[in-house]
Amino acid sequence: MINLYEVTETNKMISEENLDVRTITLGISLLDCIDSDLQRLNEKIYRKIYDAARDLVKTGEEISREFGIPIVNKRISVTPIALVGGAACSCVEDFASVARTLDRVAAEVGVNFIGGYSALVSKGMTSADELLIRSIPLALSATERVCSSVNLGSTRTGINMDAVRLMGEVIRSTAEYTRENDSLGCAKLVVFCNAPDDNPFMAGAFHGVTEADKIINVGVSGPGVVKTALEKVRGESFEVLCETIKKTAFKVTRVGQLVAQEASALLNVPFGIVDLSLAPTPAIGDSVADILCEIGLEYAGAPGTTAALALLNDQVKKGGVMASSYVGGLSGAFIPVSEDQGMINAVQAGALTLEKLEAMTCVCSVGLDMIAIPGDTKASTISGIIADEMAIGMVNQKTTAVRIIPVIGKGVGETVEFGGLLGYAPIIPVNSFSCEAFVSRKGRIPAPIHSFKN
Amino acid sequence: MKRTIITVVGKDTVGIIAKVCTYLAENGINILDISQTIVQGYFNMMMIVDTAGMEKQFGDMADEMAALGEEIGVVIKCQKEEIFDKMHRI
Repeated sequence: MINLYEVTETNKMISEENLDVRTITLGISLLDCIDSDLQRLNEKIYRKIYDAARDLVKTGEEISREFGIPIVNKRISVTPIALVGGAACSCVEDFASVARTLDRVAAEVGVNFIGGYSALVSKGMTSADELLIRSIPLALSATERVCSSVNLGSTRTGINMDAVRLMGEVIRSTAEYTRENDSLGCAKLVVFCNAPDDNPFMAGAFHGVTEADKIINVGVSGPGVVKTALEKVRGESFEVLCETIKKTAFKVTRVGQLVAQEASALLNVPFGIVDLSLAPTPAIGDSVADILCEIGLEYAGAPGTTAALALLNDQVKKGGVMASSYVGGLSGAFIPVSEDQGMINAVQAGALTLEKLEAMTCVCSVGLDMIAIPGDTKASTISGIIADEMAIGMVNQKTTAVRIIPVIGKGVGETVEFGGLLGYAPIIPVNSFSCEAFVSRKGRIPAPIHSFKN
Repeated sequence: MKRTIITVVGKDTVGIIAKVCTYLAENGINILDISQTIVQGYFNMMMIVDTAGMEKQFGDMADEMAALGEEIGVVIKCQKEEIFDKMHRI
C-alpha cells in the first residue's frame, strides 16, 4: 500500500518543483472536411473541430482536480492545412480565411493554441503547399492562437532547398507583419527536418496523415523535479547521476501516461503517445539549463555542455520508455532560450552563443528554439541557419527544428518580451558573413547514403 | 472500491482528525488506513479512504475538504490513488 513518504514525495514534486502535465493535445483529422468551395470548407472545419473538442478543456480540468496535478495547456492539432485547403484555396487570402476559422473555433472551445497551419514539403512543393507557405505571414498576423509549421527535409528525402530559401523570406516577412508586437508571429512558426506526426507540443504540432481520425497525445514536463533529484547526488559518479535521472524521468512519465489514459477514456478518443520531453518554462526552478548547471557546469554553454545534454537526453528517454509503451513526439530535452530562465542567464553572461546552441541540437530533441536575433538579419542568412539545422537532422536521423525570431527594429544587446509561457530573450548576434550564393542554388540536397536501407 | 488519498498538512491544533473524520462520516466515505506524524509542531497526516459510497462529485468533495482545511488552518488535498500508484509502483 502507498505510504506517507511516497505521497509526500509526489506532492512535493507538484507543489515545489513545478511537476505538471504540460499539454493534452487532441489531434483531429480534417481530411473529411475537404471541399472545393471555400465557404463550405470553413464551415466543415469549424463544425468538426467544435464537435470533437468542445469538452476538451472541461475534461482536462476535471482530471487535474481528481489527481491534484496541474494540466497547463489543452490544445488541438489538425491535419496540415495545405492538404485540406488545396482544393478550395486559390490565393493567399483564401488560406488565411482558413486560419481565421481555426482561430475562431480555438477561442470558442477555450484552447490556447491550435497547430497544423502546416505544409509537408521535404521533397517538393505542390502549388497549394507554396501558397500556404506564402500565406503564413498574413495568417499569423491575423490570428492569435494559430501555430504554423513546415517540414523542409527528412533523412529519406533530403532537404528541399527551394523551400528553405522561401522560408527564410517568410520568417522575415512574418517578423515584419507582426513588428508591432516584437515580431511575435515568428514565435508561432517553426520549420522541421524529420517532423513527427504525433508531436503534442507547439508550435510544431500537427495531426499527421498517418494518424487516426482523432487521437489524444500528452506532453509531460518536469525539469524542476530532475534538478531537485540531482541536488541530492552532487559529486557522485556518472552511474549514480544517470540512475537518478532515469528514475525521475520514469516517475514523471508515469503521471503523463495516467493522464493520457484518463483523458482518452473520458473523451472517448484513442490514446496516441506520451511525449517525454523535459520542457522548461520561464518560471524559476523550471529550467533545463539549471539541470546542466547541476550536472556540473557554471553556465549552459560552457565546455562540456554538449556532453552533459547528450547524457541528460538519453537518460530521460531510457527512464521514460519504461514508463509508457507508447512514447512518441519529440521526447527529449528542449532547449528554448526565451522560455528558460537558466538559458537566458547563460546568454546574458556571454556563455551561450548561436553556434554552441547549434552544437547542442545535435544531441537533444528539437533544435534552435525561441532564439531572438537582430531585426536586420538577411533572409538568406536565416535560410543558411535553417539549412545547417536541417542537415544535422537529416544526417543524424533525428528531428531538428528552427524557431528564430528576427526582431524588427531591435539589435544585439536589446531584450524582447513575448509574455506568458513564451518568456523573454536577449537578442544574440548572428554570424554576418554571406551565404547568399549557397542558398540561391535551386533544387534539393540529396538524401544521405545511410537513408538507403531497403 | 474507489480509493482516494487525503493529505492534511499544517500547524498542529486540537480536533484536526475529529473534523476531517466527521466530514467523511457525514458523506459516506469509509476510512481504510490512517498514518500520521508530527514533526517540529507540524501535523502531517495521510488517509486512504473509499469513496464508493459517496453521493457527491469528486471535485465538490475536494473543494469542500479544501475549504474545511482553511477553516482549521491546515492544507487538505484529495487525490485519487492512481497517481501515487502509477508513480511509485511498477
